[in-house]
Amino acid sequence: MQDKYAIELKNVSKYFGSVAANKNINLSIKKQEILALLGENGSGKTTLMNMISGIYYPDEGQIFINGKEAVIRSPKDAFKYKIGMIHQHFKLVDTFTAAENIILGVKDGGYNEEKVKQNLTNFVNQKGYVIPFKSPINKLSLRQIKKCTKEIKEKYNEDLGLKTYPKSKKSVISRVNTLANRYGFNIDVKKKIYDMSVSEKQTVEIMKVLYRGADILILDEPTAVLTPQEITKLFDVLRKMKENGKSIIIITHKLNEVMEISDRVSILRKGEYIGTVDTKTTTEKELTEMMVGKKIDLKIQRVKTDIDKPLLEIRNLFVKKDDGTQAIDDVSFYIRGGEILGVAGVAGCGQKELCEAIAGLRPLSGLIMHKGESIVGLPAKEIINKGVSMSFIPEDRLGMGLCPSFSITDNILLKTYQDKKGVFVDRQTARQKAQDLIDRLEIVTPSTETPVRRLSGGNVQKVLVGREIEMAPNVIITAYPVRGLDINSSYAIYDILNEEKKKGTGILFIGEDLDVMLALCDKIMVLCHGKNMGIVHANKTTKEELGLMMTGSLNLVEEKKDKVFGLAKDSNLTEEQWEEEKIKAEEMEGNKNE
Amino acid sequence: MAISIIVGSISLATVFLFGCVGEIITEKSGHLNLGIPGIMCSGTAGGCFGVATYMNTYNANPSWFVLVLFSVICSIVFAAIVGGIYAILTVSLRCNQNITGLAITTFGTGFTQFFIDNYVDKNYFDKASRLISQGISVSKLGWFGEIFLSYGILVYFAIALAVIVSIFLKKTRVGLHLRSIGENPATADAVGINVGLYKYVAILVGSGIAGLGGFFYIIDYIGGSWENASTIEALGWLSIALVIFTLWKPDLAILGSIIFACFYIIAFKITGVSFTVMAELKLLPYIVTIVVLILTSIFGGKSVQPPASLGLNYFREER
Repeated sequence: MQDKYAIELKNVSKYFGSVAANKNINLSIKKQEILALLGENGSGKTTLMNMISGIYYPDEGQIFINGKEAVIRSPKDAFKYKIGMIHQHFKLVDTFTAAENIILGVKDGGYNEEKVKQNLTNFVNQKGYVIPFKSPINKLSLRQIKKCTKEIKEKYNEDLGLKTYPKSKKSVISRVNTLANRYGFNIDVKKKIYDMSVSEKQTVEIMKVLYRGADILILDEPTAVLTPQEITKLFDVLRKMKENGKSIIIITHKLNEVMEISDRVSILRKGEYIGTVDTKTTTEKELTEMMVGKKIDLKIQRVKTDIDKPLLEIRNLFVKKDDGTQAIDDVSFYIRGGEILGVAGVAGCGQKELCEAIAGLRPLSGLIMHKGESIVGLPAKEIINKGVSMSFIPEDRLGMGLCPSFSITDNILLKTYQDKKGVFVDRQTARQKAQDLIDRLEIVTPSTETPVRRLSGGNVQKVLVGREIEMAPNVIITAYPVRGLDINSSYAIYDILNEEKKKGTGILFIGEDLDVMLALCDKIMVLCHGKNMGIVHANKTTKEELGLMMTGSLNLVEEKKDKVFGLAKDSNLTEEQWEEEKIKAEEMEGNKNE
Repeated sequence: MAISIIVGSISLATVFLFGCVGEIITEKSGHLNLGIPGIMCSGTAGGCFGVATYMNTYNANPSWFVLVLFSVICSIVFAAIVGGIYAILTVSLRCNQNITGLAITTFGTGFTQFFIDNYVDKNYFDKASRLISQGISVSKLGWFGEIFLSYGILVYFAIALAVIVSIFLKKTRVGLHLRSIGENPATADAVGINVGLYKYVAILVGSGIAGLGGFFYIIDYIGGSWENASTIEALGWLSIALVIFTLWKPDLAILGSIIFACFYIIAFKITGVSFTVMAELKLLPYIVTIVVLILTSIFGGKSVQPPASLGLNYFREER
């Protein structure tokens, strides 16, 4: 009974400066169990896991592994205790192949120290073999053991099972493939990392840990960037691992995933341990309350507003991808003031290119009318001045839009500096704005002057979205604004959007979670391979219908030819004016080609 | 004349090759060592110190082998000590690599001048130079002998070293670990590689090798004269440019260094051109480096890019 637990944490604390990232955490993971670790952004989940995997060293407290106290000072120590972590931001070398990444740092692939020592002991007892060293068997170094096994192989022709590092690429590949088959992975070990999709990279990460023979796996938000199908596949793999005797800790924000995969759930809040519950006996509501510390309404409001005339009208838009293929293929739609138009589609269906084209960052052909005036070909700065703002949250949240080592104040200044006259920056006003943002969006930060990269992911995102709204735009284009956010922060963002909607702003919302889009948006446009599959009212459609449209099996535009999609009846322009604009645009294009 | 240009190029290329291979090893660990010119100077100081010490004791009957071995070791040790200063500052104390490197260059050149002027007896440099730079007698073999066999031992050593380092980086596990640190130290750390140790060793070894370049220049290439020693710094900068030119590949560096050396000396070897044309010819290595940079950034894929973490110091708990 003593080592029922794979890992036990007792009163573990970690401080960054004066901030307590973790305070007196008690946590335990049973063997053959999937434990979900739940908590809001910045509640210290990742810090805690980093302590188990040796990235950080705890300031206080003890860690027990299999009932024995363990000191984990480095990732190397963690491997010794058979702990492997799959990080949220993958730790892979881009220019290496999968195989090179997997064997990185492995000295003796497949070498099981205890087993070989046991074999050696048996050999000494049975055959009377004398070890040519003074120290007892369990204190021999690897080199000494190698010498022994070599001698035994020569004299007695017996193999003690000491496999040395697989030298040939073939043996690495075969070992990886055996592991892949056992857990049902698909992996091409010769592929370079930079050619891989997110899901493939994750597979390599998991493989890396398994190759080292880890028994305890920690996954930090593994589902944040995966498609629903990939998540299902990942969960199958995790269940197989559990059957094979592994203990798994999974960090996630998505409650439905917690309910689906975990055996028990532990909850952290603001660096403190709140409690652990059995998944079977709890509900999503209870978990949310434990996580947030207060009751919150899980329903997203759809605010009713008086709809306005179309603000942004787009007709026959064509946009190309970076590699020259068609990203957006003849799409027409419009956004009214006081309306949220959702855009749904599987990853890579052209959402990103659509955003960039509207914001003036990407060449396009077609018509984009803002309040009846064409904005095609205008520089991005002028489009912003007209009140069209874009906030795109990329997979790597810090990558776009914010300067990681700048403070919130300076990041706000980045976007507004051009309006001010004079050489010197007006930091006072910006600081006031930053403070407003912090108060209004409940951003957790020591001060307005803290570098943005020190904030947790959710708070970074609030800064980004908040800054766009601060500009008082009349059209907001926002892509994945809640990517990787916890429930409380997500709702804060939805509230912000709803408030803007009330003010008469038109919002283009590109999202991932269909449930959210159905609840939040007024209308939803579905893209599939850059083609418009139809625009539906959110309260008249179902998740299944949207799913069919996303994969292209249902095409409303094709099916209902009599109905016109994406053209407003009360357009700012008459049909004649549209024709004129079309001719103008064609002429411009002709000039460009000449 | 063609033969004399080729022979001169290969000889001078050795200076570049030592500097370049040393810098490649350092850069593969993610450290941009702009102190290479200074470190090459320090290597010169060490090597000359070794030569003077040995020759003063055994000037009657010096042994070729002991002389080479002793002076090379001295050269490597001096260069590695100065490289060590850079390593302590950038790896342990995490100072800015560019600024530290420039400081090391300034320090190295000044120190060398001071050290050699005051502590090194230059009486036997001529004799030692003749010993170290002697090749195989080539009169019977004609042009073949001149081009391939007429050099001192250090030339062959440099080429062998480049090949060895190339294989080391590409094929061995330790080489793989080193490259991973230059690409992504956090990844390397997370799989249990001792990042700090690798960086220290890479910088020390790289500096030691680079130092030989300066020593070779004085004792072999210009025949033991101390008059043109200030050229070493310029050659050091070219060695760093050569790293870019050869796309961080030591095997390519063999060819690249010969091309660079050829550009460098062609201005002196071609007779009958005006002074302006000569000056323009001397610009060639720099122009070619810029062209290579432009071409690789336009057409190159990810495999010809510098190590991704080059110039960035690593601290595990950094967020």
